[in-house]
Amino acid sequence: MRRRFGARALPRGVNFALAAAAIAIAIVFPLFFPQGSGWVDDMTIALAYVVMGLGLNVVVGYAGLLDLGYVAFFAIGAYTTGWFMSGFYGDANIHVLVGEFAKALPGIHMNFLIVLVIAAALCAIAGIIIGLPTLRLRGDYIAIVTLAFGEIIRVFAIEGNEITIVGDAKLTAGRQGITPIDKIDLPFIDQFTSLNLRPWYWTALALVLVVLFVNIRLRDSRLGRAWIALREDEVAAASMGIPLVKTKLMAYAVGAAFGGMSGAFLGSFLNTVNADQFAFGFSIFILAMIILGGLGSVWGVVIGSLALSLINTRLIPDVLNDVPSNLGLDFNLVDVNYGIFGFLLVLMMVLRPEGLLPERRRQIELHEGTPGDEALVEVTHA
Amino acid sequence: MNEDPILTTTRVSKIFGGLVAVNDVTFDIPRRRIVSIIGPNGAGKTTFFNMLTGLYRASTGRITFEGKDITRTRPDKITKAGVARTFQNIRLFSTMTAVENVMVGEHSRMKAGIVGSVLRTPWVRKEERTVREKAREMLDFVGVRKDQQEQLASNLSYGDQRRVEIARALASDPTLLLLDEPTAGMNPNESLRLTEFMIRLRDELGLTILMIEHDMKVVMGVSERITVFDHGEKIAEGDPATVRANPRVIEAYLGKQEAA
Repeated sequence: MRRRFGARALPRGVNFALAAAAIAIAIVFPLFFPQGSGWVDDMTIALAYVVMGLGLNVVVGYAGLLDLGYVAFFAIGAYTTGWFMSGFYGDANIHVLVGEFAKALPGIHMNFLIVLVIAAALCAIAGIIIGLPTLRLRGDYIAIVTLAFGEIIRVFAIEGNEITIVGDAKLTAGRQGITPIDKIDLPFIDQFTSLNLRPWYWTALALVLVVLFVNIRLRDSRLGRAWIALREDEVAAASMGIPLVKTKLMAYAVGAAFGGMSGAFLGSFLNTVNADQFAFGFSIFILAMIILGGLGSVWGVVIGSLALSLINTRLIPDVLNDVPSNLGLDFNLVDVNYGIFGFLLVLMMVLRPEGLLPERRRQIELHEGTPGDEALVEVTHA
Repeated sequence: MNEDPILTTTRVSKIFGGLVAVNDVTFDIPRRRIVSIIGPNGAGKTTFFNMLTGLYRASTGRITFEGKDITRTRPDKITKAGVARTFQNIRLFSTMTAVENVMVGEHSRMKAGIVGSVLRTPWVRKEERTVREKAREMLDFVGVRKDQQEQLASNLSYGDQRRVEIARALASDPTLLLLDEPTAGMNPNESLRLTEFMIRLRDELGLTILMIEHDMKVVMGVSERITVFDHGEKIAEGDPATVRANPRVIEAYLGKQEAA
């Protein structure tokens, strides 16, 4: 019933068939490539970014709170694997539901599913902490506070090797990074190795499906309506009985939890957690994905995240990287990838500001304007 | 039957920087009555409304609703306690349909939480269905045609938008309804229908209504009591005939209008 007010004008049956087909293709995708193929590798990372995009979509797309520090949750999620799935704390000897191999190692080694839950919980708390100072703010000001929060977390990551928790145990390994991280180890699934990437891919896909499901369900719920209401007009929303603080914090917490889950996955997949991964540019990268796809539109976000991620890992380094040198210019395209994202974003804003696969509400807001859309205009023009 | 006023304000003021927008107003709203606040533009009427609904905090003074102090209560809690309002410049959620707007109004009466919504438990499904049905009934009640109910709020006619806003306010099951210039922009015929509707609300739902209104025909026709604001102060109060005869009111308000 509610689906009708969602993203598209297509009939529900067609939508459903399209979604089912897309998911089916996604599931069989890695079978067409060798186990360790670069394509599977890139797609796995792309799927992890989709999870982050969907998380940020809750905060920015649904609730209209412009978050420029989303990388913080990637960091916290990734560090959760650094702390609980590696030999980083060599003095501790804690093993929870892990395989024979990890059992023999010193350090804290927990099952990935437990770490996933811890990461989500830690990030939800961090999301609420970042949300609190922004509650009385609007638009640009929220962006500035969240940006600062992202930077604070990054500085903690860099300087964490100087911060002692107990004994010799430090907070992070700074720029050196915590490595190796335990491979994910789940029952009934092939071994997760760096040679066989299929299990990684399917795990990432499963995360995407879970997060997608939660996104859709929340959008069409009491909470989703409350988010849209406060995005459109906070004063009217409060006067209609929507508790602003609780509703906003809920958006921050949910969005952050997804970021943490993706971060935990990437921590294990990339096999290192290192402070340089968490630069400000990454927040913009994720934000660009969801703006490209269409703020608030779940399928738009999926497409935008996949597209930008593959442009980053495939198109720029592999296909187009030599173009400048062939033209006699002395740089690689990889060096200016953020410039390219910026250019794409500008292009998008000019040609199709509502995104590739826009959400209907957003489209109305952008083309007709609404009284309470100040924050929104700022988002789409960021 | 309880004959205490449903809402009282005791020496309430609102000061913005150096500007005294509302000055020392003591006021009450009798139960199950339709009362009005009138006054020239900038008299502090809407500011006063915003204090009653928690959007502004009174600088001094005390506001009680149903005997409970709500001076420092958050807007959503005041709504939950039973005060609902509409706005002078319609503030519908324009990208939502009429039905969805009214469903937002029911927010404070709903219980679905985040986990229940994700799992969409039978209980949550039932609640959503009930709320949607109630929203439709509300729209029927205020007179929004069925074929308009699934339209986006921004596509509705002005009169329908006003009606949807009233339906949205009613959806929170209020006992006190505050209407801020409900007939603004309506033609005399529509105004008359709205007046009749307010009487129905009072008689059928037992609501108490406080409205700010500029249309003297509406005010004099429906109000059981009128309070006059000027420069942030309450300058007169009484039944329509008394207020109309009050020289201060004529000077501050009606006089000006006649001159214009």
